[in-house]
Amino acid sequence: MKRLVFLDESVRLIFHAVLVGSIYLLFVGHNQPGGGFAAGLVAGAAISLRYLSGGLDEVRRISRFRPWTILGTGVATSVITAIVPLVRDRAVLTALRTSFDPPLLGHVSVSTTLAFDVGVYLVVVGLVFMVFEAFGGEPVPQPVAQPVPQAGSAAEPAPDPEHG
Amino acid sequence: MVALLVLHGALATVLFPSGARLGRRSFLLAALAPLATLIWLVAHLGDVLDGRIITQHLAWVPQLGLSVDLRVDGFTAVMLALVTVIGVAVCVYSATYFAEGTEGLGRCAGLLVAFAGAMVLVVVADNLFVLATAWELTSITSYLLIGNDHTKVRARAAALQALLITGFGGLAMLGGFVLIGQAAGTYRLSAILAAPPSGSNVTIGLVLVLIGAFTKSAQYPFHSWLPGAMAAPTPVSAYLHSATMVKAGVYLIGRFAPAFATVGMWRPVVMTVGIVTMIAGGLRALRQHDLKLLLAFGTVSQLGFLVVLFGAGTPASVAAGCVMLIAHAAFKATLFMVVGVLDRRTGTRDLRRLPHLGREWHAVRVIAVTAAASMAGLPLLFGFIGKEAGLAALQDAGFTGSGWVLAGVTLGSALTVAYSARFVWGVLGGRGGRPESPVAAPRIGFVVPIAAIGTVSVVLGVWPALADRVIGAASRSLDTVRLLGGPTGGGSTDHAHLAIWHGANLALGLSVVAVLGGALLFAQRARVEPVLALGARLPSGASIYTRLLRGTNNAATVITGVVQNGSLPIYAGITLLTAAVVPGAVLLARVSWPGWPDTVEHVAQIPIVVMVLGAAVAAALVRRRFSAALFLGTTGYAMAGLFVVQGAPDLALTQVAIETLSTVLFVLVLRRLPDRFERTSTNRRRVLRVAVSGLVGVFVFCFAIVSRENRVATPVSAEMIERSLPDAHGRNVVNVILVDIRGFDTMGEITVLAAAGIGAVALARVGRRRRPAITAGPPSALEVPS
Repeated sequence: MKRLVFLDESVRLIFHAVLVGSIYLLFVGHNQPGGGFAAGLVAGAAISLRYLSGGLDEVRRISRFRPWTILGTGVATSVITAIVPLVRDRAVLTALRTSFDPPLLGHVSVSTTLAFDVGVYLVVVGLVFMVFEAFGGEPVPQPVAQPVPQAGSAAEPAPDPEHG
Repeated sequence: MVALLVLHGALATVLFPSGARLGRRSFLLAALAPLATLIWLVAHLGDVLDGRIITQHLAWVPQLGLSVDLRVDGFTAVMLALVTVIGVAVCVYSATYFAEGTEGLGRCAGLLVAFAGAMVLVVVADNLFVLATAWELTSITSYLLIGNDHTKVRARAAALQALLITGFGGLAMLGGFVLIGQAAGTYRLSAILAAPPSGSNVTIGLVLVLIGAFTKSAQYPFHSWLPGAMAAPTPVSAYLHSATMVKAGVYLIGRFAPAFATVGMWRPVVMTVGIVTMIAGGLRALRQHDLKLLLAFGTVSQLGFLVVLFGAGTPASVAAGCVMLIAHAAFKATLFMVVGVLDRRTGTRDLRRLPHLGREWHAVRVIAVTAAASMAGLPLLFGFIGKEAGLAALQDAGFTGSGWVLAGVTLGSALTVAYSARFVWGVLGGRGGRPESPVAAPRIGFVVPIAAIGTVSVVLGVWPALADRVIGAASRSLDTVRLLGGPTGGGSTDHAHLAIWHGANLALGLSVVAVLGGALLFAQRARVEPVLALGARLPSGASIYTRLLRGTNNAATVITGVVQNGSLPIYAGITLLTAAVVPGAVLLARVSWPGWPDTVEHVAQIPIVVMVLGAAVAAALVRRRFSAALFLGTTGYAMAGLFVVQGAPDLALTQVAIETLSTVLFVLVLRRLPDRFERTSTNRRRVLRVAVSGLVGVFVFCFAIVSRENRVATPVSAEMIERSLPDAHGRNVVNVILVDIRGFDTMGEITVLAAAGIGAVALARVGRRRRPAITAGPPSALEVPS
């Protein structure tokens, strides 16, 4: 695959910044615009940038974990967070909160809804990985039976991954 | 009680996997469960017969009012005795019946135990839901046992038929239970029977319960599964399909009858069905050549009689029903096991082909003749006692039409005598000729259980007073008058007295008529047979069932063909059209137009809207798929701009992220599709599609404007915003809704997302593996309307 140095370098610059941004969105989500879903989507956008520069291999290099592992961890995190209150004799999904004052960060208040949101985040990120895993590979040259060959469309699509 | 039920379950679970190693001995192990129950019953028998009731209560889901209530009274004791005594006998018998090394022995033994447990639960259950659950368990175990030899197509078909019919009945019954339970305000059977509710819902509920009972007890017109069930191994037939499971329906009728017999339609329905079943079953039995089928139709006929007796609901008739219940189980199980012995030793059950049997078979012959005589209701046997008691009870019942019922029962009894004679004639006749070598007599382990059960008929027949206490306790426990604690009728205590000789009364006369009539029928069988053969022309239950099943299958094929035609444009068109037309019609009919909203609130809206509209129109018009995807993305981004202008940065953020990802996804997928849309459809279709799209657009537009002005209730969002910070400690309401207020929704959504992702990967991989084979169905399925 042909690679563009310009593209590679800019993606390298941007990628981590966007990821950090997404994690920021994840944590502030409870009080400011953001949240697990939006943050996950932003992270997904970062992943698509990596895809642009190096295709599926580049995407696979991002994480040691397989896509379905991330996805499953996300679902498990959310479900466990939902169930934990039951142990404390509360209704499912009751938010349990605690706050403390660690050095440097000032007053921090943590709620189990954050863990729930982390689960949502992981699911979205995992899903993006899955999508690339499913459709991001080298395209099959001619997978579809052509309905009626017509003059206009006779030329093969000659799919080009750089398109994305 | 609970421990006993658990024992059944545990033993069944153990026997499934280990049956292969234990071989035939697994049946002896299986016998332990019913034996333990029997011992328990005997230990408590004195108490129960004295009228004490053993109950056990287990809270299950108290919030929903679900609990496991168990209750043993006199009637339950009779049923329990049947289930356990015959269970033990059948298990011991099975250990000899099955050849060593037969496939699925462990499964069969395990299922027998599981069935015995389910049947015990049916009779001890005092909660309607527990009863229904156990009832279905018996249906399922019966299904598995009939189809035990899964290599035989016939066995599988018969098993399915039994399951469908009894399952249908069980469903109807559950519906009936709910109706009755709701009317009564409780689901405790004993409480409902003590204070029977009334009303039209209860009547409907009763009909549904009766349907359940009729299907289970193989009453016309639901009888056809029982003869089919004879595909099961003979011990199974003896146990499930003659002695116990088919009695579940009778049991239920027996429970309900004293409380509900006076409800309008009860007696006419039950009596008619019972009598028709008794007579039709008897007639069919006379036509059979297969001894087992003869017995099966005989069972159908006897079940009809039992339904009549229990359904009449008078104390005397219920008592007679209990006698008949025991008598029938005793002689029919014996006869089935005799047929099993004959089948195993001679290789045929056809009474035209059974060979002449040597002297070694004397014991079996005696047992067979005795049991058949009890079935025919000849004196000095328990069957006679039962029939006499039944006739006498019906004679005294004195409800409208009881005379007709009496006549019907007499006719049925005559038929019973005739087919009993036919059975004996078949077994003794030796029409198959003398075999070269005498047929070896059965082993002792084979005969002992048969003889043990057979003896019951004789002992109780000669000395019926033995059963007095049991029958008395059983019928008293069904007597609702007593349950209510009200005054007992003067004569209601002595109905339980059983005797051989009641003097020369009407019942005896009818008995004589029945025996003579039956004998005449049998003697004149050459003349009767052509008449009976006419019956074959009538549509039988089995053929009706087959036609229904075939009709359902055909209808399903047709409907699936119409509904699932595989065309994406048609699916999308129908879905969208429905979404537009149905609420659209309501919109037109009910809601007035609120007037146009303010056109522009902010200057920036104008360019954004122009962009949205332009991109949308362009997306619909362009010929390249790639361009269409980009234009679609443009509308999305423009929408995000609109959100920003309206002051919803949160939404805008999400919208942008989604739009980015979906555009990427589109592009990924588009690489695999042709570059351009192909025009394959006719112009007319295109016009239609444009019309549908336009309609949907107009509808959504109007709906958005109208709904804005037509709020009836206070929007729930106000409360959400209000409670967001104090309750959920979040200032971002959207996020609070997602993770807290509607957390369950989110959980469901991410699960769906996960499933969709896994599905996408799986689909993509399948395509990768079998690339040459994929043709992606009809072409239209892939074509996007342009």
